[in-house]
Amino acid sequence: MSGQVPLLSVRDLHVTYAAAERPVPAVRGVDIELEVGETLGLAGESGCGKSSLAGALLRLLPGGTEVTGEVLLDGEDVLTMKPGRLRAVRWTDLAIVFQGALHTLNPVQRVGDQIGEAIRLHSKGTSHAKVRERVGELLELVGLPARRARDYPHQLSGGQRQRVLIGLALACEPRLLIADEPTTALDVMVQAQVLRLLEDLQERFGLATIFITHDLSTLASVCRRLAVMYAGRIVEQGPSHDVFAAPTHPYTRALAGAFPVIGDQAFRMAPAGLPGDPPDPRHLPEGCPFHPRCPAAVETCSSVPVELWPAGPGRAAACIHAPGSPVPA
Amino acid sequence: MTAGFISKKVLGALVTLIFVVCFNFFLFRVVDADPVANLFRGKELSQSQRAELREEFGLNGSQGEQFVKYLGQTAQLNFGRSYSTNQPVWDEIKKKAGATIALVGIAAVLSAVIGIMLGIAAAWRRRTKADYGITAFTMGAYSMPEFWLGMLLLTFFAVKLGWFPVGGITDPDSSATGLAKLADQAHHMFLPALTLTLAYLGEYTIIMRSSLLDTMREDYLVLARAKGLRDVLVRNRHAVPNALLPVVALMAINFGFVLSGAIAVEAIFSWPGLGLATYEALKGPDLPMLQGLFLVFSASVILFNLIADILYAWLDPRVRTS
Repeated sequence: MSGQVPLLSVRDLHVTYAAAERPVPAVRGVDIELEVGETLGLAGESGCGKSSLAGALLRLLPGGTEVTGEVLLDGEDVLTMKPGRLRAVRWTDLAIVFQGALHTLNPVQRVGDQIGEAIRLHSKGTSHAKVRERVGELLELVGLPARRARDYPHQLSGGQRQRVLIGLALACEPRLLIADEPTTALDVMVQAQVLRLLEDLQERFGLATIFITHDLSTLASVCRRLAVMYAGRIVEQGPSHDVFAAPTHPYTRALAGAFPVIGDQAFRMAPAGLPGDPPDPRHLPEGCPFHPRCPAAVETCSSVPVELWPAGPGRAAACIHAPGSPVPA
Repeated sequence: MTAGFISKKVLGALVTLIFVVCFNFFLFRVVDADPVANLFRGKELSQSQRAELREEFGLNGSQGEQFVKYLGQTAQLNFGRSYSTNQPVWDEIKKKAGATIALVGIAAVLSAVIGIMLGIAAAWRRRTKADYGITAFTMGAYSMPEFWLGMLLLTFFAVKLGWFPVGGITDPDSSATGLAKLADQAHHMFLPALTLTLAYLGEYTIIMRSSLLDTMREDYLVLARAKGLRDVLVRNRHAVPNALLPVVALMAINFGFVLSGAIAVEAIFSWPGLGLATYEALKGPDLPMLQGLFLVFSASVILFNLIADILYAWLDPRVRTS
């Protein structure tokens, strides 16, 4: 059946936060397809809606948030599931690796108990010894000694906590993993280790993964496909090497250029950055929302709405300069 | 939890206690330089009688000598004799402590349990009618002075409706024993216990509510929900235990005031405990009695602070290992 129905199919997803004066549209119509075992990288600046998207997939957003569209997991819509079914789907089909800051794990419970809780919850009646054994296995799988199960989160380093979170996400053998900025809080060396671990596990278990980060170069090396978000929408997507090597959208170009190339003299002299801030989602600019910051903006950009247009094999970009754009630039 | 941690805390408590003992001595010397003259004001006392009384109260010799003597006696729980009853202060305190511990202890436990439950209910249903109702009620009760609340309840339920006795711990005319006596005492205790419970309750509710609201913003609750836990379990396993931490500290500290906490309420309801004894000693002033009471009250506060420290470390691994 996986040939017919994709593992995950997100259609026209909108996330709107309730706010006192004016609702905040954080995600404004996103479509994603993911096959079994596939990896998708999702990049964008803080506030572009990527974490809201992740939260919406498992319905973890705060009460009062309006989520519309469809999130089909094996063809079943997560957004309309009954609470009991939703709880069963959580963690067994779809698990999340959160950013490993101190408070992602409960600070007063041993990490082993927090992993064990998920196991016990989804396979009821598992014996105490079995749970402990499985917790030890999971910890060893992510490169921690099994005895660390007795530690509290504050006794672990940032990288170790991130490993615990990854082990926790794998506890119920999910088929889809969402990694929401899993390396953001870590230093560069540890980042590389955690990334390698995620890649390795992803290959070993054939996990489908959505990898969310603001670091485009990370995604290019880890994911097969890449989607770049800006102001609540995907503005460019395609095979990650193509997108990273030759970005179509000026925003992707800016993101790709924001990371230094070691040893590149030209970069040292003139580091590429992107002027300005992401727009306030309550007051988006007319036309293309990126045009006020865009170095390639022309007059039509401020009036003509953009959508994802073809931009080469397997690629699309929401820019009037895209090859497949019907609007004359 | 290490033995080192506990012994450090115990040592700290002992130092505080010794400080209080010393401070107590000088405090009462400041209050009254010559209690004999004060007590027998207007009475003719011969020099020899005066000297005899001073001897009896331990007031002769230099302050230094008095201080050393005082320390020695205090260590043996000898606080001297009450001016008004001429009984040893320690015996008086022991006799009256039971009534206070029963009354204030029950109120302290009830207010903590009910207050915490109301706080949880309010936080979990924040910005609903239940939340507003609970908050308004507990804030109202909390902001009312104990003695005023006590007098309102006394006037209404005891005087006007006559459902409860107006004061005391037992009916003076009754010669009941056993269960009947206990029921009589409970009947007498109802109003003062209600007053104290209402007065203490609000603090717990307000603190529990805000602590739980803070906890509910924590990322680990999102993780707990993502794992597939039902809301009740997210609350009971992850939110409430963590939110309880500051409340547990408050509870232990409040329990320290169980002995001294009810001076006004005991006075209003003529409850024959340490609070009423304090009130009466103040009117004297019965200095040895006051001195003994102050010391016992301080010791109880110090003891429960120690318990709070140790309990907190036991509950929160971050305190224990840092």
